[in-house]
Amino acid sequence: MFIVTSLAILVTLGLVLARALMGPTVYDRIAAINMFGTKIVLLIAVLAFLSGRMDILDIALVYALINFISVVAVLKLVVYGDFHSSEDENIKPVKAG
Amino acid sequence: MIIDVLSWLSLIGGGLIGIIGAIGIHRFPDFYSRQHATGIADTLCAMLILLGLGLQAGLSLAAFKLALIFIFLFFTSPTASHVLANAAMHGGLKPKLDSVATEERS
Amino acid sequence: MMAFKYGVLLFVFWFLLSGHFEPLLLLLGLASVMLTIFLMKRMNVIDHESYPLHLSSRFPAFLVYIFREIGKANIDVIKRIVTYRGKFISPQLVEITLPQKTDLGRAIYANAITLTPGTVSVELAKDKIIVHALTKEAADDLSTGNMAKAIPDQAINK
Repeated sequence: MFIVTSLAILVTLGLVLARALMGPTVYDRIAAINMFGTKIVLLIAVLAFLSGRMDILDIALVYALINFISVVAVLKLVVYGDFHSSEDENIKPVKAG
Repeated sequence: MIIDVLSWLSLIGGGLIGIIGAIGIHRFPDFYSRQHATGIADTLCAMLILLGLGLQAGLSLAAFKLALIFIFLFFTSPTASHVLANAAMHGGLKPKLDSVATEERS
Repeated sequence: MMAFKYGVLLFVFWFLLSGHFEPLLLLLGLASVMLTIFLMKRMNVIDHESYPLHLSSRFPAFLVYIFREIGKANIDVIKRIVTYRGKFISPQLVEITLPQKTDLGRAIYANAITLTPGTVSVELAKDKIIVHALTKEAADDLSTGNMAKAIPDQAINK
């Protein structure tokens, strides 16, 4: 039964990766990679049960955290151009409406 | 026995919902509406799969770790979504807002 | 006192994560917890905002509410995805005023909005929040302010 779930997650991963490769804007790609990371966490958790080694769950835990940090870091790199600036002087907010 | 059936159901349901979410990010027309499809995969799919695994694990350290993974996803995914949408909005990506379809429907 | 409480909490957390009983490892865990508390004191982050324990009495009811909302919104969005033929969604931006008093309440509200599929908070200002909604129904539902009432948000009485 775990095999069916992991296959379903693999199909999802393929579709998400296709969106990450196609994505018209850079934000689409980052959103797809974010979802990819979430799915990988779930896949690692399923794999832990599939192989019966519960230590793997720790890796899933750490991956969940690293995924979040990496998404925020990549976004910062995309938006500001570097990792260390924090003031948004050169970015004009778009009027929403 | 009942627990097994329940956990299988939630595992398969989670997998299916994940695939539906992945189809959603291909079907929806622009970035902001794709975010909602991502939201499905981050909430209900993760919830169901981790619930199914937790039912298999029973009361043990593994179940606690699964709960912890769920809590991390639960707290970080909205923040990541918000940061992404905010960055896209500040980056000048205009959302495809609906005017025709609303008039058609109302 | 507060630091001690969080230290105990952190140690229980460490123990549940590792699951070791050996005295040496317990000592090492204790040392790492103390180092963490020391760093937290140095960074001055031990306060009500980073550890909102004072809201924990209202948290279970909020969790039940948010899980129900997530379930409902998920089913709706899944239906939209399956039946989408180019016109079953009506994306829109709505502006919602924030009734919450504290920053923590605002953050929880924005997170809850983003967590329910179908609505994503795009812009968070001092007293209003701009939300991108997938459908008109979701936007209208949000404008009624039912979710805002469920958010645990109370002033820290000192």
